[in-house]
Amino acid sequence: MSTAHDTAAEIAAARAAAAKPALTIPIVASIVTLALLIVVPLFIKNFYVFQLTIIMVYAIAILSLNILTGASGQFSLGHSAFFAVGAYACGIMMEHANIPYPLAIPIAGLICFVIGFLFGFPALRLKGVYLALATFALAVAAPPLFKLGTFEHWTGGVQGLLVTKPDAPFGISLSQDRYVYYLTLFIALIIYWLSVNLLNSRSGRALKAIRDNEIAASSMGVDLALYKTLAFGISAGFTGVAGALGAITVAFVAPDAYTVNFAISLFLGMVIGGVGWLPGSLAGAAFIVLVPNLAEGVSKGLSGAVFGVFIIAMIFLLPNGARQLAYYCYAQLKKLAR
Amino acid sequence: MELFTNQVLSGIATGAIYACMALAVVMIYEAIDHLNFAQGEMAMFSTFIAWQFMQWGVPYWGAFIIAVVLSLFAGIAIERVLFRPLGHASILVHIAGFIALFAIINSVAGLIWDFTIKPFPTPFGSTPLLGGVISSHQAGMIAVTLVLLGLLYLFFRFTRIGLAMRAAATMPESARLVGVNVGWMIALGWGLAAAIGAIAGIMIAPVIFLEPNMMGGVLLYGFVGAVLGGLSSPAGAVAGGFMVGVLENLAGTYIPGVGNELKLPIALAMIVAVLVFKPNGLFGRVQVQRV
Repeated sequence: MSTAHDTAAEIAAARAAAAKPALTIPIVASIVTLALLIVVPLFIKNFYVFQLTIIMVYAIAILSLNILTGASGQFSLGHSAFFAVGAYACGIMMEHANIPYPLAIPIAGLICFVIGFLFGFPALRLKGVYLALATFALAVAAPPLFKLGTFEHWTGGVQGLLVTKPDAPFGISLSQDRYVYYLTLFIALIIYWLSVNLLNSRSGRALKAIRDNEIAASSMGVDLALYKTLAFGISAGFTGVAGALGAITVAFVAPDAYTVNFAISLFLGMVIGGVGWLPGSLAGAAFIVLVPNLAEGVSKGLSGAVFGVFIIAMIFLLPNGARQLAYYCYAQLKKLAR
Repeated sequence: MELFTNQVLSGIATGAIYACMALAVVMIYEAIDHLNFAQGEMAMFSTFIAWQFMQWGVPYWGAFIIAVVLSLFAGIAIERVLFRPLGHASILVHIAGFIALFAIINSVAGLIWDFTIKPFPTPFGSTPLLGGVISSHQAGMIAVTLVLLGLLYLFFRFTRIGLAMRAAATMPESARLVGVNVGWMIALGWGLAAAIGAIAGIMIAPVIFLEPNMMGGVLLYGFVGAVLGGLSSPAGAVAGGFMVGVLENLAGTYIPGVGNELKLPIALAMIVAVLVFKPNGLFGRVQVQRV
């Protein structure tokens, strides 16, 4: 876990970055990544565009997990539930209430924000494994609740709910998959921008102070209950948006897609990307989407084992995830530049 | 009233499974201070090893002992090879390691013994007792759990190595200063947890049958039982396991609209409710933080 020293260093680095907006290596790297993300989908097959969209959706979910765990130090194995709520909320609004998707997505996020915020209250009393178990309970409870006969009219029960994939507006000639991809990318960028600003703000510093030392933070005047529940709410809200986008991408919402396993892979993505490092979310998402396929390719019968070996290799080589790799490359490039 | 007693009794019978597993969970928690998500799979693998030896003609208790001893060493080996090198990496990284271990063991067991369901023998027979609510195997399982609990109590309370393990778990720095080899105590904790897991697996297998995914649900209930009872108290964990079994059964019987699907969420919701009022479990030590 990080120490207060880390936080101080982070703040100093952030200030230094803000002071001189020159073309530094991280900025160039972000611009290149963004350019690739915009240009590449124009030249690849629809199926790969679809996979890229899924990666982007998961990246949003992992990013929101990063806000919760990386910034406020709370732990969640239940984000699949918020993802599911977002997906169902969006699907139901679009299919049963004919609400257009540009409105349905933010409302789904808002619903998840409220649920997450409320869940934050009991979570306040719990720490470590106990919080993990409580969030885990949420993840376990979600699929059977959505399958329940009482709500079948809206949720489609076990069968799930078909969602219409939107066409590109204003007569732009883009395939549906590509359009959904750019929509996801656009929303992901907004969320990324909001998150970076959040973490660099007064509230972000309050969250990091809580992560590093609750007692010290509260004696400095940080309202623990408010900030911790708020972190839960914001994280759940962003995950809800990811869920809504996921529903639109797959054009289908089914209860069995949002099991505990999904929550665990989101968690895994966060660790692989680097806890608390927002750009890592994309790397983590790519890992949890692509590596299982890769493992399947290596050996069908042993795909689980191959996947496990990949994870172990990752955590042995890079215990701090993709963040470590990025920092290493950064240091090497700096040496070269000198 | 008869329905009530019957449901409580059969709840205790299923609770014995959870109690068994909860004991293994507490063991590892005492040693490494967090939960091992791969513990269920380790127990499953041990059970398969016992089964394999029985297939090769080794008598029940022989296979039992072989499996438990092998698990002890395998547990130590896993700690030495996999988790010791990770050392002081954050807990989150360790959890990723557990998830990896889970995937590997599950997949390898599936490859060696395939995913068909296999019956597992019991030394206690399966005569129904008390009018059929509880079988003699379940009674035997409860007895084994209680004996195991007693042995663990004696081990931690009255042996030097048990004392050293407790010291290493609660205050590693101070324990190191008085000459306890903390690294090996943690490895031993892993070994003991694996051995208890093996016993739990062998006891549970006759009830839920043997297959690579058998432990998924059981481990979850084990966690829940252990957390409910308090992770720092073996007796509390066993009590917690029984309570989860009973609660789950009663919720299924008396709350309308709760089928098999909703039993687990309801039990979990109750436990979260308990935790909100008793954040360290019902019988756990209250954690005091020094400022």
